[in-house]
Amino acid sequence: MSGIEKSPWLIHYDASSCNGCDIEVLACLTPMYDAERFGCIVTGDPKQADIFLITGSVNHLNIPVVKNLYEQMPEPKAVVAIGACAYTGGVFSECYNISGGVANVIPVDVYVPGCAAKPESILDGVVRAAQILAEKRKSLKVSQREKRKAMKKAKRVKGGAKAAGGQS
Amino acid sequence: MKGYELYIAIAYLVLAPFIGGLLAGFDRRISARLQGRMGPPLLQPFYDLRKLFTRSLAPVNRLQVPLVVSHLVFAVLTGFLIFWGGDILLIIFVLTLAGIFLVLAAYSTGSPYSAIGADRELIMMTAYEPMVILTLVGFFKVAGSFNFWDIAMIGKPTILLLPGLFIGFEYVLLMKLRKSPFDLSTSHHAHQELVMGLHADLGGPSLGLVELAHWYESVYLYGLVFLFFSWNPIAAVLGVVGSYLIVILIDNTTARVKWELALSSAWVVALVAGVGNLIPFYLLTGVTH
Repeated sequence: MSGIEKSPWLIHYDASSCNGCDIEVLACLTPMYDAERFGCIVTGDPKQADIFLITGSVNHLNIPVVKNLYEQMPEPKAVVAIGACAYTGGVFSECYNISGGVANVIPVDVYVPGCAAKPESILDGVVRAAQILAEKRKSLKVSQREKRKAMKKAKRVKGGAKAAGGQS
Repeated sequence: MKGYELYIAIAYLVLAPFIGGLLAGFDRRISARLQGRMGPPLLQPFYDLRKLFTRSLAPVNRLQVPLVVSHLVFAVLTGFLIFWGGDILLIIFVLTLAGIFLVLAAYSTGSPYSAIGADRELIMMTAYEPMVILTLVGFFKVAGSFNFWDIAMIGKPTILLLPGLFIGFEYVLLMKLRKSPFDLSTSHHAHQELVMGLHADLGGPSLGLVELAHWYESVYLYGLVFLFFSWNPIAAVLGVVGSYLIVILIDNTTARVKWELALSSAWVVALVAGVGNLIPFYLLTGVTH
């Protein structure tokens, strides 16, 4: 256990949301809901974040920003798409400038329903994402171990081939 | 304590992360209660640190990690020298060097956020340094020595002789611990006017090292607070715990100030409370020692 689920640090980005969901995200930090109970810290730095909270339908101008933030986060990472807009584009889905949901730009792990999403369900989504992070971390470790093994094997085979080449 | 300094210094090396982490944990918990929240578990800083060290190290350049490691080494060395009974004047230089390494690490990233944070950290260093030096001069005047244990064993109520220096030291303690209203250079709290600042672009393990250094720092800073109360064990506990709680209270009830006010007020406090305490003290006791 790496304990990543005990300290999920968040980064919050508003990708052309109407701000309704963002107000609810901020409400999660208030004494009423207190996201810090779960060890959450909202950082502003993607390099220090584990979970990406994203609201809104993502328009064409902020696609590079969303991708940039996502790519700067270290592995393992989880994305929580908050609200109807982040799911399908919501009431804006027919607009000419809308990509129609976060999943069209970056992979999403948890969808939080609602318009606007309730703070309770956002917290629920964050806790679920923290569990997914723990699972991802486990599989990442396994895949790294396998990679290392495969590399060692490849080296051995290569070395063997060289030795054989030297003899002939 | 004479003769045991080395053991205490080694105990500091081993125990300070645990004490510092617990100080941070109680801090977050008490802050949450002051705000009417439940707050994180007491051991949350340790969970955070463990997680930070499992994250992948993604340094933005080759210089950043060595600078952060040097920051930790010199922060630890400062505390080690203090508790080993080293010359406090030497310790001031090591303390400054530790701060400078962190500032250099922030400058090396090239991020505008860390650059602003680094600028502000330098300003904070110029703000707190005069008061720290005045405090040590006061200790020397009382104890006739720059050695931590000589000052601790003086057997006089230092706080009653140097009340102004204590107020001034509490004031700059807020700066050194980066507490509000002097958390200009960096802050963990979300939605500040400058996001992260000094700690921006420090990913995973390097942020963990900076946190660890901060825990070591907070332990020796409260060790210096202890010197004001060292004549009596009960006074020592009350004094150190009291100043810890006062720092948390001020942190939670004040808004961040601009750097001009931080700098000028720190110097005014150093001049009024610090020099205002030292001059009468010298006049009454003479300049000898």
